[in-house]
Amino acid sequence: MADNHPLSAEQIRQALEQWLEVEFTFIQVEDLASSIVSLPREDQDFLLGWVRRIATTNIQIAHQFALRAISQLAHMDRRMIEAWALHAMDTYDRAGSSPAFKVINELDNFAQLSHEHAAGALFEEVGGILLTFVRGLSGRHLKLEKGEAAYTDSETLFLPAVVAQMREAADNFKLCKAMVALLWAQTRYGTFRINLTEALKPYPDSDKALKQFHALETLRLEACIGRELPGLYREMQRLKTETGVSQPAGWEHYAADLARPEASVADSLRLLERVYPGATPDAVCYQGELRLDAVAASIAARIEREKILLRVKLAMEFEKQTIEIRSDAPSFDVKQIAADDRSDLPRMEITLDDAPIAPPEGVNQLLTSIFLDLGEIPPEYLVPAGPGEYDTSLFEDKTQDPDTVWQGTYHEEGASLYPEWDFGRQHYRKNWCVLREKEVKPLNDGFLQQTLDKHSGLVKHLRRTFEAMRDENRLLKREPSGDEVDIDALIEALADARDGSEMSERLFMRMHRSERNIAVMFMVDMSGSTKGWINDAERESLILLCETLELLGDRYAIYGFSGITRKRCEIFRVKSFDEPYGEMVQRRIAGISPQEYTRMGVAIRHLSTILNEVDARTKLLITLSDGKPDDYHDGYRGQYGIEDTRMALIEAKRSGIHPFCITIDTEGRDYLPHMYGAVNYTVIADVKELPLKVTDIYRRLTR
Amino acid sequence: MQSRALTSEEYYVESEPYYEATGDEIAIFEAAYQNKLPVLLKGPTGCGKTRFMEYMAWRLKRPLITVSCHDDLTASDLVGRFLIKGGETVWVDGPLARAVRAGAICYLDEIVEARKDAIVVIHPLADDRRVLPMEKLGTLLQANDDFCLAISYNPGYQSVLKDLKQSTRQRFVALEFDYPSADLERKIVAKESGVDTALAEKLVKFAHMTRNLKGSGLDEGASTRLLVHAGKLIASGVEPIAACRSAIAQAITDDAEMLAAVRELSTSLF
Repeated sequence: MADNHPLSAEQIRQALEQWLEVEFTFIQVEDLASSIVSLPREDQDFLLGWVRRIATTNIQIAHQFALRAISQLAHMDRRMIEAWALHAMDTYDRAGSSPAFKVINELDNFAQLSHEHAAGALFEEVGGILLTFVRGLSGRHLKLEKGEAAYTDSETLFLPAVVAQMREAADNFKLCKAMVALLWAQTRYGTFRINLTEALKPYPDSDKALKQFHALETLRLEACIGRELPGLYREMQRLKTETGVSQPAGWEHYAADLARPEASVADSLRLLERVYPGATPDAVCYQGELRLDAVAASIAARIEREKILLRVKLAMEFEKQTIEIRSDAPSFDVKQIAADDRSDLPRMEITLDDAPIAPPEGVNQLLTSIFLDLGEIPPEYLVPAGPGEYDTSLFEDKTQDPDTVWQGTYHEEGASLYPEWDFGRQHYRKNWCVLREKEVKPLNDGFLQQTLDKHSGLVKHLRRTFEAMRDENRLLKREPSGDEVDIDALIEALADARDGSEMSERLFMRMHRSERNIAVMFMVDMSGSTKGWINDAERESLILLCETLELLGDRYAIYGFSGITRKRCEIFRVKSFDEPYGEMVQRRIAGISPQEYTRMGVAIRHLSTILNEVDARTKLLITLSDGKPDDYHDGYRGQYGIEDTRMALIEAKRSGIHPFCITIDTEGRDYLPHMYGAVNYTVIADVKELPLKVTDIYRRLTR
Repeated sequence: MQSRALTSEEYYVESEPYYEATGDEIAIFEAAYQNKLPVLLKGPTGCGKTRFMEYMAWRLKRPLITVSCHDDLTASDLVGRFLIKGGETVWVDGPLARAVRAGAICYLDEIVEARKDAIVVIHPLADDRRVLPMEKLGTLLQANDDFCLAISYNPGYQSVLKDLKQSTRQRFVALEFDYPSADLERKIVAKESGVDTALAEKLVKFAHMTRNLKGSGLDEGASTRLLVHAGKLIASGVEPIAACRSAIAQAITDDAEMLAAVRELSTSLF
């Protein structure tokens, strides 16, 4: 039975001293230990567990957390304390220590506000549903992220980590939904169509003006939601009543004015002049904040981007129809087809010299987004981009040369961000690894021919064994139904019938084809330790594999991985799924060369994503490696790396991928069963065996 | 209606099916039929392709033989095979051969699902030869003048494995179907399910919300057919939110989070 006695002060002190490294940090833990000692054992374990986990991220934050959390344990739900701790660690990862301390400090304020409210809605739990919800509504394709308050920059909606104003969990969820809906409504019904920063400038007390404008605009948007989503509107009214917000006298007239279907943001601004001298109403529970700076920055960037994007798309349409861009070229126009009712967005149709054209991909969404910002599609947007402007680097997600981006100061532009599992924290570090895909530099040194010559006997053997595995039509005889009569069976049956015995019903033959529907991803270790023999053996194995896989027709891709620190993870493309095996791929295989370290988790996550885009019944992820996960920095070496790799493999398995590892690390048996599972790896004693074994293992795996 | 057995070439669509044209598809189909050209119907599931075929069969007064294709459907399943009757082997025509003989409209629904040999067998029927090779009999079956071949496929499900080859698709006159305009869809839902226009409008709005989710976790949004189902439930007294859940949300996804989100959309709307 578990020991339920509370820990002694001495035990707690020792643990804290160790985790908080007091020898170096000089943190005083005596008082803390004596506060914890009075708690029940369960609370002690909970609190200490989190202190230990946070300490793996930052010792000072762990210490602050411990000090704050003790007083909250009695009246705050554990789920909330956990959410707060994780939010603090995420903030630390993202923004550094001082914002993280701020989050920890807010624990006190939050607890006061949410006294007894143990039913908060956590962003982690509700974010997924609400994102889908908001995507279902019309308008721009919005994103949803965790932020310090509810607000939007007009492209991303931000929700706080926890919403806990209501007593019931269900109501807190409804409140989150109402917040999201109101933020959506701001983007949908044109709150930002006017430059608000300018419009509010004449008011001496800009803070007051902003609050009053926000209150007026909320009234208008509520009315819009009432017309479009009556069910949600009723919910919002209920939440408002329950949280008891008072409206200054006379505001009901403004509400009625703003509830007119044709009311716009200009009406809210018009009314602001009248309400400004008076009192400011309390914020409605789902109102959130208006952050005009964030909106202005986002709009400025978007308007430029979308304008050139639309013009380039139109130029591409010209090109498709082989029309030259000249002054007398036919012109585009946009016709708004009135929506069926007032609340709908108008449908827009692009015409070319008055004849409607099928809109190029993505243009509808673009037109909607432009319409939401400007309320129209200005004529200059419909001029196809000229030759000088027809530069894809001006728009869309930029794919930059990774080497250029890496140079000089570090930045994450254009890279993919992946989470990493922190086993100490027992949680993910969000957007922790920065990964870029690069191409292996092709090398033309006759490596292919050398390999084929060297292994000519083996190649023949492999071809024969692999040929036997190919799809073949098999003739199934004596079937109850089929394409043709099985004459042998029929004769037997007729003979049986004459004998008076029962006639078999299995009289048909049919062709049966067992289709191989396999996609396989080879993930090749390109860490520095593969230099020499191992690298040669890996390259030879890949050549032999390609030669034989071409026979089978299985879809396969080859990527190498390496990198240094979490900020510079690299994936090297050797062969993508849709690229045929040819001279270029052969040269790239020859060009595979040892790079830096082995951060495996992020590589597995990235390659799993690519593999999951392929439609195949069986998906294999085969790693060729020479050792355990390893990185130069941020503690990836040792257990941390093994646990992250293991978690990445578990994620891959959950998504339907079968991972398998082929390694030449003779010590692999110590950690591979933990990472891959007991049977999903193999250790090759001699590097020379690699080429033969790899193909052999592949054959066994996919038979 | 009493049930009765009919051979498929006797299956005439007797009463006019309710069909709302969205464009010039009726005229194009008729012209293709007069010119003995085969027709390909493209479009998402439940947008009215099958109903259109029933309507055209009624209009042209031809029997309609529909074959729903699946991944085990072989050429023999379409053309015919030998069976044993009374100790003898006898030839039995498949649905395609029966349609070719009887001058019926043969509608191969979701053709890409069929096996490759089944798809190839329609090639000589779909060009100006208009013959069906019956390899096992060693004969060529010349199509009746009234015979018409129509196939459908859903480009939304396009994958490397399931795509219609150029050699097949370039034999057909293609008609593209999509969900009807909101106005028309409202009319269809009201008429087919018996709910009033205001409710039909909300159902259509709900369908649009789910269609916005295509690519964000849903393969396909709610079809007109599902709206009609939901409308029928509502007309029978089921609460709109419950009807949307059972007839629409559960039909389009199994994912718990998606179901929750779609439910939030329906509670917002009603």
